[in-house]
Amino acid sequence: MEKWSLMTITVLLALTVRWAVSLGSYSGAGKPPMYGDYEAQRHWQEITYNLPIRQWYFNTSDNNLLYWGLDYPPLTAYHSFVCAYIAKLINPDWVALHTSRGYESQPHKLFMRTTVFVADLLVYIPAVILYCFSLKETSAKKKVSSALCILLYPGLILIDHGHFQYPLSLGLALWAVLCLSHDWDLLGSMAFCLALNYKQMELYHSLPFFCYLLGKCFKKGLKGKGLVLLTKLAGTVLLSFAACWLPFGTDMEQIMQVLRRLFPIDRGLFEDKVANIWCSLSVLIKIKNVISPRTQLKLSFAVTFLSLLPACIKLTVQPSLRGFKFALVACALSFFLFSFQVHEKSILLVSVPVCLIINEIPFMATWFLLVSTFSLLPLLLKDGLLLAYTVTTPAFLAVCLASFSILEKTSAEDLQLKAFSLSLKGYVSWFKSFPKIVRNLFLLSLSLMGVLSVLSAAVPPPPGLPDFFPVAVSLVSCAHFLLFLLYFNLVILWDSKNRGQKKMS
Amino acid sequence: ASLRTGWDGGGGWCRAAANPRGVGYSTDFEVHRNWLAITHNLPLSQWYYEATSEWTLDYPPFFAWFEYALSHIAKYFDPQMLVVENLNYASHATILFQRLSVIFADTLFIYAVHECCRCVNGKRAAKDILEKPTFILAVLLLWNFGLLIVDHIHFQYNGFLFGLMLLSVARLCQKRYLEGALLFAVLLHFKHIYIYVAPAYGIYLLRSYCFTANNADGSLKWRSFSFLHVTLLGLIVCLVSALSLGPFLVLGQLPQVISRLFPFKRGLCHAYWAPNFWALYNALDKALTILGLKCNFLDGTKIPKASMTGGLVQEFQHTVLPSVTPLATLICTFIAILPSVFCLWFKPQGPRGFLQCLVLCALSSFVFGWHVHEKAILLAILPLSLLSIQRAKDAGIYLILATTGHFSLFPLLFTASELPIKILLMLLFTVYSFSSLKSLFRREKPLLNWLETIYLIQLVPLEIFCEIIFPLTPWKWHFPFVPLLLTSVYCALGITYAWLKLYLSVLTERISVRQKTKCPQFL
Repeated sequence: MEKWSLMTITVLLALTVRWAVSLGSYSGAGKPPMYGDYEAQRHWQEITYNLPIRQWYFNTSDNNLLYWGLDYPPLTAYHSFVCAYIAKLINPDWVALHTSRGYESQPHKLFMRTTVFVADLLVYIPAVILYCFSLKETSAKKKVSSALCILLYPGLILIDHGHFQYPLSLGLALWAVLCLSHDWDLLGSMAFCLALNYKQMELYHSLPFFCYLLGKCFKKGLKGKGLVLLTKLAGTVLLSFAACWLPFGTDMEQIMQVLRRLFPIDRGLFEDKVANIWCSLSVLIKIKNVISPRTQLKLSFAVTFLSLLPACIKLTVQPSLRGFKFALVACALSFFLFSFQVHEKSILLVSVPVCLIINEIPFMATWFLLVSTFSLLPLLLKDGLLLAYTVTTPAFLAVCLASFSILEKTSAEDLQLKAFSLSLKGYVSWFKSFPKIVRNLFLLSLSLMGVLSVLSAAVPPPPGLPDFFPVAVSLVSCAHFLLFLLYFNLVILWDSKNRGQKKMS
Repeated sequence: ASLRTGWDGGGGWCRAAANPRGVGYSTDFEVHRNWLAITHNLPLSQWYYEATSEWTLDYPPFFAWFEYALSHIAKYFDPQMLVVENLNYASHATILFQRLSVIFADTLFIYAVHECCRCVNGKRAAKDILEKPTFILAVLLLWNFGLLIVDHIHFQYNGFLFGLMLLSVARLCQKRYLEGALLFAVLLHFKHIYIYVAPAYGIYLLRSYCFTANNADGSLKWRSFSFLHVTLLGLIVCLVSALSLGPFLVLGQLPQVISRLFPFKRGLCHAYWAPNFWALYNALDKALTILGLKCNFLDGTKIPKASMTGGLVQEFQHTVLPSVTPLATLICTFIAILPSVFCLWFKPQGPRGFLQCLVLCALSSFVFGWHVHEKAILLAILPLSLLSIQRAKDAGIYLILATTGHFSLFPLLFTASELPIKILLMLLFTVYSFSSLKSLFRREKPLLNWLETIYLIQLVPLEIFCEIIFPLTPWKWHFPFVPLLLTSVYCALGITYAWLKLYLSVLTERISVRQKTKCPQFL
C-alpha cells in the first residue's frame, strides 16, 4: 500500500480514538461548586468575551479570581476569546456573564469537545505527521508506524479529549522542534515563543531550546555568522513576546499582575498526588511542614538546576539534533521530578519529546509512555475515564509491539547504551544477559502497573488510608521516572562525539 | 502471521474502544433487554406470548436460549434489567453488560475470520504483510464498518451470527460438509433472516456432497448419488429443528411462534426505505404523483396523505403504480434467485461458485424482499469480502456494494455526537478497502470505471447536503424526510447496479471457465 494511504488510515484511526474518548466523561462533570478543568475553560471563555482585556487577570466584581481565575499566558486567553465568539453564535447562554457558571449540557459538551478536536486536528496532528515524514534514515513503513504510535499515545488523548485540555502548547512546541530539525531556526524559535505564551509550563522545554541554539551560534563562531544568528534569534524572541503581550504592555501593573497569576509561588511545593520526588519523599517526611515555603522554593530550584546541568552543558558544547531531542526529554523530566508546583498532567511535557525519539529507542520510549499514562491513573479515575484508560492503554501497547517488535530490541545497542557499556566492560561481567534482564524488568513493571490499576479501580482503599492507591501509583511511577532520568542522562553524556558530528554533517 | 493476530486483536480492541461509549441507546438495545427479561422470568410456554413491551420476541428459539444464558450472567450486573415491566431501563451497569456481551460474543466472529483466512490460499504470498490477501481479508472482515456500527454502536448481535455463517462457509470450503450444514442449521434457528441464503446452501450441499462425482466435462454424474450422505444431512437438519422447535411443537405453540417470526403485517418498506428496488419503485411513484398533480392528470383530493419516510406510517399507499403485495415480492425474489441457483447447479466451480451464489441470493432477496431492513445488506457485503480478494472483477463490485451499502446505514446513527464517529469509521474502512484492494490488484486494470468512480464520489456531497446543509434550510420543517429519501434512492441505484453487475459476471463466466477448464483459482 502506498505511504499516503497508510498515513491517511493512521490519522483517521487517531481521530476515531480521540472522538470515541471524547464521548466519555470530563473533568468535574456534575460536581458543583467548583467543577473541573472543563468549567475552567468555559469560564475563561465567559470572562474573555464579556470583560475588557484590562480586567482579564484582575480580581473585580465581575471576575472572581478564586473561581477559576485566568492563570495561563495571553495566548490561552485569546484562544478562549475566539472560542467564546463561536459559542456566542451558537448559544449565548454558554458564555453569559455570571449566569453561565457551571453550565453543563449535551450540546455544550459537544461544542467544547469539538473545539479540542479541531485544535488537535489543526495543530498537533499535522506537526506529528510532518515530523514523522522528516525523519531521516528510516523506511516509509517505519515512519508510518512511528506516527501511529505517537498519535495513539493514550496519555495525551485521555487528558486532552477526556479530562479536557487543549493540545495547542504541545503542538506548537512540536512545530518548533520540526522547524529546528529543518534548520529554520528563526521560525522554530518563534513557534516556541508562541508555545511558551500559550502555557507557561513550556518553560520545561526552554533550556534545551536555548542551549541548542546557543551552541549552534557558538559553533558558527561568535565573531562572525554566529553573532548574526544570535542577534536574529534574540530579535525574533523579543518580537514574538511583544506581539503576544501587546495589549498588556501598556503599563507595568498589567504585566506584573499577569506574571503573578502565572507563577503562583505561594501555592506550595506540590499539589494532590504527583509522581515527583517531593510528593514521594513526603510519604516519609512531611517536607511541607518541616521547611519554610521560601526554602522549599530555593531547594527545589537548586536541585532542578543541578539535575539539568550535565545535559545542558553537553548540548551547548556539542549541539546536535539528536542530542537536542534527548535533552528535551531529560530536562523536562528533571523539571517534572524536582521543580516547584508540579501538576500530574505535566508529565505530558516529558512524554511528547519521548514520542519524538520513539523510532530511535522504541523499547524505552514505549515503556516510558506506558508508565506516564499509568501515573495519570488517579486523575483519570477521578474523572470517570477508567473505561477509556483500560481500552486505550493496552491498545497502545499492542500497536507498539506490532509495529516495532519492541521486545526483541532490548540489547545495549538498541537502547543506545553501547558507548556506556563499552566504558564499563572492564568492571562488569553481567552484560551478556543484559537484554534478558531488561526484558524481564519490563514485564515485571508492566504486571506491577496492571495489578495496581486493577486494584485502584476495583478495591476500596484500606481503612484509615483513603489515598493509599494514589500514593502507591505515584511512588511506583516516581521510581520509574528516576531510573528513566538516569538512563536518558547516560545516553546523552555517552553519546560519542563522532556520532554527533556525523549527524550534524 | 503474528502481526495478523495483532491486527485481529486490534480489531477486537477497536470494537471495545469505539463502543461501550456510544451515547445513544437504540431501540434494539431495549429490545434485547426485554428479551433478557422475558427469557429469564417466564416459563418456556410464555416466551412467544409475552407482550408487555411492544418489542416482542421475534427471533427463533435458539436466540431466545442465548438470551436466557446471558440473563444468568446479567443478574450479577444489575438484576433490575431482568424485570419485564422495567421498560426502557438503561442503568450504567446494564449498558456495560450489554456492550460487553456483544464484544465477548464477537470472539466467535474473530475465530471464524481466522478460519476463513486459512481457506484462502497464499499463492500471492507477498513479502509485505500489509499486502497479503489473508491480512487484507482479515481487516476487511474484522473492521467492517457496517458490522461495527450495527453491533457496537446501534446494538445487535450480528457479529456472533455472522461468525456462525462464516464458520460454516469455511467448513464447506474445507470439505467438512456435515459440520458446515450443522452450523448453518443452527444459525437458521438463531436468526431466520439467513433463510435468504439457504437456497445456496441447499443446492451446494446437494450438488457436491450428495453427488460424489462429476463427469469429465463437469456435468452431473447421476449415478454417484449417495443415499447415506442425504440421510446424514437430513438427520442433522431434522435434529437441529427438533431441538429448537420441538418444545413448542409439544406445547402446541408452533403457529404462534411462526406468526411472531414472520410478521407480514408490516409494510413493504421500513420507515426508512432500505435502498432496494422498492425504494426506487416508491420514489418513481412519488415522482409520478407530483408530476400528475402538476399536470392535473390526478385529482389531488383522492390521494391518501401518507407521509412517506416521515416515519410511523407502515402501510405505504402507491398512487400511480400498482401496490405491491407480499406475494408479489416473494415471486420477484424467487425469480431473482433462480438463475444464480441454476448456475450453481449446472456449472459447479467449487466453493467459489457457492460463495457467488450465496452473495447473489442475499442480494436478490435484499433487492426484492418484503419489509427489508437496511442492515440486511451486511448479509451480502461480508461474504463478498471473501470473493473480493480473489479477483479484480469481484473487488470492483465489492467496492461499489460495500461503499453504498455502508453509506445507506448512516441514518442508523443520527445524533450529533455520533456524526463524527460514523464519518471517521466509514472513511477509515473505505480508504483501507480501496487502497488495499488497489495494491493487491495493481497489475490489473483499474477496479472501477469512470462512471462508478463519479457515482461513489457523489456520496460525499450527498452526505454534506443531508447532514449539514439541509438542517440549516427552512425545508427541514416541511420535508423532514428528504435526506432519508435521497440517501435511500441514491444508494438503491448503486446496490441494484452492483447486483446486476455481479449477476452478469456470474452468468457470463461459463464460457471463460469452460475454456480455461480446471482453474479454480481459489478456496
